[in-house]
Amino acid sequence: MTPRLELRHITKQYPAVRANDDVSLTVRPGEIHAVLGENGAGKSTLMKIIFGAVKPDAGEVRFNGQPVSIRSPHEARALGISMVFQHFSLFDTLSAAENVWLGLDRRLSLAEVTQRIGEVSREYGLEIDPLRPVHSLSVGERQRVEIVRALMTNPQLLILDEPTSVLTPQAVGKLFVTLRRLAAQGCSILYISHKLDEIRELCERCTVLRGGRVTGEVDPRQESNASLSRLMIGSEPPHLHRSHPTLGEVALQVRHFDLPRNDPYGVDLQDLNFEVRCGEIVGIAGVSGNGQQALMAALSGEDPRAAAGHITLFGEDVGTLTPKRRRRLGLHSVPEERLGRGAVPTLSLADNTLLTRHEAVGPGGWLRMHGVRAMAQELIERYKVKSGGPASLARSLSGGNLQKFIVGREIDAKPKVLLISQPTWGVDVGAAAQIRGELLKLRDAGCAVLMVSEELHELFEISDRLLVMSQGRLSPSVDSAEATVEQVGEWMSGLWTSSEVSHVPA
Amino acid sequence: MFRLETRPAPSRVLTLLSPVIALAITVVIGVALFVLLGKDPVAGLQMFFVEPLKSSYALSELSLKATPLVLIALGLAVCFRANLWNIGAEGQFILGAVFAGGVAMQATPETGRWILWAVLGAGMLGGMVWAAVVALLRDRFNASEILVSLMLVYVAEMLLSYLVYGPWKDPNGYNFPQTITFLEATRVPRLVEGLRMNIGMVLALVAVAGFTVFLFRTYAGFQLQVGGLAPAAARYAGFSSRRALWTGLLLSGGMAGLAGALDVAGPQGQLTPYVPLGYGFAAIIVAFVGRLHPVGIVLAAVLMSMFYIGGEMAQSRLGLPKSITGVFQGLLLFALLACDTFIHQRLRWVRAP
Repeated sequence: MTPRLELRHITKQYPAVRANDDVSLTVRPGEIHAVLGENGAGKSTLMKIIFGAVKPDAGEVRFNGQPVSIRSPHEARALGISMVFQHFSLFDTLSAAENVWLGLDRRLSLAEVTQRIGEVSREYGLEIDPLRPVHSLSVGERQRVEIVRALMTNPQLLILDEPTSVLTPQAVGKLFVTLRRLAAQGCSILYISHKLDEIRELCERCTVLRGGRVTGEVDPRQESNASLSRLMIGSEPPHLHRSHPTLGEVALQVRHFDLPRNDPYGVDLQDLNFEVRCGEIVGIAGVSGNGQQALMAALSGEDPRAAAGHITLFGEDVGTLTPKRRRRLGLHSVPEERLGRGAVPTLSLADNTLLTRHEAVGPGGWLRMHGVRAMAQELIERYKVKSGGPASLARSLSGGNLQKFIVGREIDAKPKVLLISQPTWGVDVGAAAQIRGELLKLRDAGCAVLMVSEELHELFEISDRLLVMSQGRLSPSVDSAEATVEQVGEWMSGLWTSSEVSHVPA
Repeated sequence: MFRLETRPAPSRVLTLLSPVIALAITVVIGVALFVLLGKDPVAGLQMFFVEPLKSSYALSELSLKATPLVLIALGLAVCFRANLWNIGAEGQFILGAVFAGGVAMQATPETGRWILWAVLGAGMLGGMVWAAVVALLRDRFNASEILVSLMLVYVAEMLLSYLVYGPWKDPNGYNFPQTITFLEATRVPRLVEGLRMNIGMVLALVAVAGFTVFLFRTYAGFQLQVGGLAPAAARYAGFSSRRALWTGLLLSGGMAGLAGALDVAGPQGQLTPYVPLGYGFAAIIVAFVGRLHPVGIVLAAVLMSMFYIGGEMAQSRLGLPKSITGVFQGLLLFALLACDTFIHQRLRWVRAP
């Protein structure tokens, strides 16, 4: 059978990095083919080459046996290739149908498009209301709009880039049903992910990339997590040991906390109540965009709009203090964006210590440059940050190394409470394990840790208790040893009842 | 065809060389300009690059032009580093001159030398008041500091005109729009007898040292710059953007006001409608050509002053229009901006697809 898509010896060199090095890959008609690899392994570049957004330096692309040169996404679509990007490209103020219409040829009228959307969504079980404005849709629904848009052109090859990172476990299940139905009708699917269990559940074949090269082509159903991650990162991730928590006093307490949204498509925080004790890690699960960032910004003091009397730190009301004052009381935070928020891209690592650390600031605000450099040097050594030394610019570091530096900077301050958002987002597996290990060490030393994450396995791996956030509200707290993925998944859609509160120890 | 592509890391060599290359380009275009105008290009270049450095008199005049440029540009560099676009230093300069002149006119023949410090202090205050209007409107109503500071320049010019045509007009001045000539006690002392060079230059050099320390060795300077480089990081760290706004604007207003005071109590000696000479706008170019660095600003100010003096001499000796000064200054800024592109980018030859 002629392969649907064949890549032969694709190479792409960027100024600083060889993103793809002699990559070959074959996708048969009706096959769900996974591309597995860490962040930075070259998956995205490869997909952009197939979709015509990037031109390869060398190599050949064949589609249905014919050598093709795809120069733009437009040409890719004309050939029958559609792509659903990780970050949605929808206009919030337009309806779903208008968004789909925008991406199509002008031959169809809006009414025809609306009707076609109805047909396509019924056929594949992708329920969407074409007339609703996009800003009122949930993230899962938005993704369905993207997929429907991709399917409107009857593609022969559908590329999905990390489609599940924004979905609840239940929504992931639904998506897989749709994808299998599509494949059964002969549409080939390229599925990009770094989540091993998903790939094992969905795909028949899997190409593993590491550092731009193919390290294996396997049947994921025949492989174990350990063997796949060996192909992906070259080693098995170290196992973390989590001891029983030794709980201390209540460190951070939030009572009846409300905060209106500050952008039109944000979420209002409503009546949040929880506490974090010394010596425990409390994880906040939830699909992104449900108010987690607003909560963290209010707790750290970055968002100064909180009213007095709702947030207390060791009994002291901190709701109206600046981030600096809260830090002085022992509350440190690590934001989710590293470049531009956790660190200034164009400043050196040494200068970046000054954002949150004042040890090298002398009387009258005089900077002891030697002390600044020494601190950066110490952090680089202790947290094994790969860099050109304290003078290297923050933006010259890889995501994982910069995150190690930022987390190290905050841990090294010996915080009593640490707020951390997406601790291992875009971080390679080795660095992620190291960061999680450091968080456990910090908790064992008696620090109260509040962590927001979208990675369920990370939440289950290191949290002692879990809370779930949905539409600006918080679920009751559940012991992570007793929680199940199904339960947390349901809660992520906001489906918890007050009766559950009584069953669950707070 | 050629294509611009981002360098993996900014080029260090070009960071230093870019102003030099820009100057070279300016000179080349200047030569072409002289030839087109039918003038001897060697003589033309001599006016700009040799004559202003030829004698102690020329150097003294050079320092008089460079001093206000350095003072204003230092303050602007702080603003620009904090991402505050104060382009109304000209107005703050005028208000500095007006406040300083107001104090200087109070002197009587018995007044002691102390009044000079009152004159300079009033100048700084005047500049700060004018910049504070900008800061206040931005702080309270989120008004664009670019527009407000620029428009206040014209208000300042009107205010100056009103004063010298009206209440402050010299009664014995034959109805010319000018104040009395300030008394000797209020005048900025000269450094060398017979030359107009004065202690303003010393103040400017002290300010260069002060600003270098402030920007690179103090926590306050650091916080201000983080606010400009990455506002989200400044919020995360808890650095106050309001404080940065007020500090930046008051500092630059004060420096522009000081420059205005030094000018009216120095070479000008009285208030006239011709106090604004464009230093406030030229200092924007100085600040950027000097890489927003105090030492670079000194070099850039000297260069810009050479263009001023060269332009005047080209007018009187070669019969070229005086606007040639502006042409040279603008050429330099454009060439610099073009060269700066190559610090972060490089050209690569690619075959057309």
